[in-house]
Amino acid sequence: MEVFVVSLLNGLVYGMLLFMLASGLTLILSMMGVLNFAHASAYMLGAYFAYTISQYIGFWPALIIAPVLCGLIGAGIEMWGLRRVHQNGHIAELLFTFGLALLIEKGVQMTWGLLPVPYRVPELLDFPLFKIYGTQFPAYRAFMLLISALMFGAIWLGLTRTRIGLVIQAALTHPDMASALGHNVPRIFTLVFAAGTALAGLAGVIGGNYQVTEPAMAFTMGPIVFVVVVFGGLGSLSGCFIASILMGLIQTFAVVFDVSLADLLAKFGFVVTSSTPFAEILTVTLPRIGALLPFLMMVLILVFRPRGLMGTRDT
Amino acid sequence: MLQGKWFSALFGIVFAIAGGGHALAQGTIKVAYTDPLSGPFAQVGDANLKQMQYIIDYINAKGGALGKKFELVPFDNKSQPSDALIALKSATDQNMPFIMQCSGSNIAAALIDGVNKHNDRNPDNRIIYLNCGAVATELTNEQCSFWHFRFDLHVGMKAEVMVRALPKDVTKVYLINQDYLFGQSVQREVKNYLGKLRPDVQVVGDELIPLGKIKDFSPYLTKIKASGAQALLTGNWGPDMNLLIKAGVDAGADLRYYTFYAHLAGGPTAIGVGGDNRVLAVMSFGENVAPEIGNKEAEAFTKGFRDKHKFDFSAAGFRTIFEYLQAAVTKANSVDPTKIALAMEDLQVKDFLGFDTKMRKEDHQIISEYFVGIFKKGVKYEAEGTGLGWATSATILAKDVDQPNTCKMKRPSAS
Repeated sequence: MEVFVVSLLNGLVYGMLLFMLASGLTLILSMMGVLNFAHASAYMLGAYFAYTISQYIGFWPALIIAPVLCGLIGAGIEMWGLRRVHQNGHIAELLFTFGLALLIEKGVQMTWGLLPVPYRVPELLDFPLFKIYGTQFPAYRAFMLLISALMFGAIWLGLTRTRIGLVIQAALTHPDMASALGHNVPRIFTLVFAAGTALAGLAGVIGGNYQVTEPAMAFTMGPIVFVVVVFGGLGSLSGCFIASILMGLIQTFAVVFDVSLADLLAKFGFVVTSSTPFAEILTVTLPRIGALLPFLMMVLILVFRPRGLMGTRDT
Repeated sequence: MLQGKWFSALFGIVFAIAGGGHALAQGTIKVAYTDPLSGPFAQVGDANLKQMQYIIDYINAKGGALGKKFELVPFDNKSQPSDALIALKSATDQNMPFIMQCSGSNIAAALIDGVNKHNDRNPDNRIIYLNCGAVATELTNEQCSFWHFRFDLHVGMKAEVMVRALPKDVTKVYLINQDYLFGQSVQREVKNYLGKLRPDVQVVGDELIPLGKIKDFSPYLTKIKASGAQALLTGNWGPDMNLLIKAGVDAGADLRYYTFYAHLAGGPTAIGVGGDNRVLAVMSFGENVAPEIGNKEAEAFTKGFRDKHKFDFSAAGFRTIFEYLQAAVTKANSVDPTKIALAMEDLQVKDFLGFDTKMRKEDHQIISEYFVGIFKKGVKYEAEGTGLGWATSATILAKDVDQPNTCKMKRPSAS
């Protein structure tokens, strides 16, 4: 029970962080068809910007300024980069963002160095909020939950209750029709791309000091975000939300359960010994492959339900 | 990578000027160095490179060997054995007598194999593999090679030091290690020495994690807490170590951490003040060792690095490597790898702290002193600006780590 509750909380925090990253990507991917490899780089930039800004004027201004900076960079990339590349088709876009991700990583290494930077949780939030079965729950994790919940609410309201949100939604499901109706689709593209990178930047600001701010953070976070987006389905924010939480919980709980396929077979009276064929694979415990489970799930969902959990279009 | 090249270019120019063309005419003794200089473990390779450059600079200022300077040539291997083998190929193509590699026992295993094959096929263009930190026990036992010299204690020795450092009141321990050659080696050796030296200690958890994949260790901490462990023993390095301890400190777990690599670059930053008096490292050197034993010269050498770079100097072992090379090249009176390898066997060098060290002939494993450091407040040299630093809690002399080996070495024929 104790392990269950604590793991649930940890899984939620991680899932919400994933959601902040994935929500921007899912908007960009479903609207523009661009698989933005540089998305996790914006997450990293957000963390580094926040670190630098917080050294001068503190964490709280950084919470606003860093995402805005990331958003501006995103707008710039879309207007002067992607829009030109777009004419050459999706492969060109893919390669463009891939190159961009590598460039940003090198740029970060050259600016801030290869070592992790001491980006710390602000003192105001650096205390254990409550104790649950003897394990401290840091206040900062609660703060992360709060920020991401607020963000979810804001996106949802923005998309369903504002005019621009309705246009975006229209462009999500029927991009050609929205453009035929005379909406300035390129401008909306820029806006969505900028908003998406700003969200990733915000995730970086609050995720950078929760994890460690280092040049490899984009590289380690990138693949799992793609999994969430594909799993959740194109064009569906709620699908993305469910997928994020699910991935967070799966990764957290996979660590806790020390079971293997051999244990499962034992339930059916089949005992695995070292001479059984594939004994190596059968006796691997869940925690050892926990980090791979999301990828396994992505493969399965692509085979059996290509449009994702709640997707409206095929991937 | 870029930085590394700039460094070597810069050093090249400096030597050229200093030697006034003299050095150029004589050539340098080239040491190929391959480690991850990009990717998730880039910080490790980069920190090694900077410290080695500092040491080479010092050794060359002291005259190098046979009037020649040492020169480091970095190759990025991206933590991939295949890339390390490409580096080996480039090194042998350029007739370099040495290749050095520190991070990743899986890479080391591939390199040993590659070097063996190359030396068999090319008796007139051989190369020596200097292992500066790949410590899986197998490398000097089952896999031992005449061409491989290891300059760090292997996992078995480190595990023994770690187990001996466990206080008497600790009876429940939890093991977490990385799921590859090195991590599995740590897992096996630690359990082996716990059984031999501390039968009263119960292993309440034993876990392997995927290398460099985990971003949040909180779930593991939940599990460790539930197991009732008093101490966490881990061989993890790089982000896998930093994130693990960070998660433990964040959860306020009442644990002591026994590590192999918490003192390396990035570790202290990730641990922070919360780790005061909780984190121990089995280490070859710490910046506070020199002032503690009152060795002014060693302290000045260490401080010289600190004045130039933003991070701590932890690589005393690298200086020992180059002092061995210096001594062996001089003793062999040649830069021929076979002669140097023979000269290196059973060579004894006093390291810069003044302790005795020896390169064992049977398995080419160095026997040197080792330290157990504890991360705490109130030390002379703080680590990475955290306000805390590594104080020595135990010093183990070379003769006490001299474990037996099972190496059956194939030596080159007398030709």
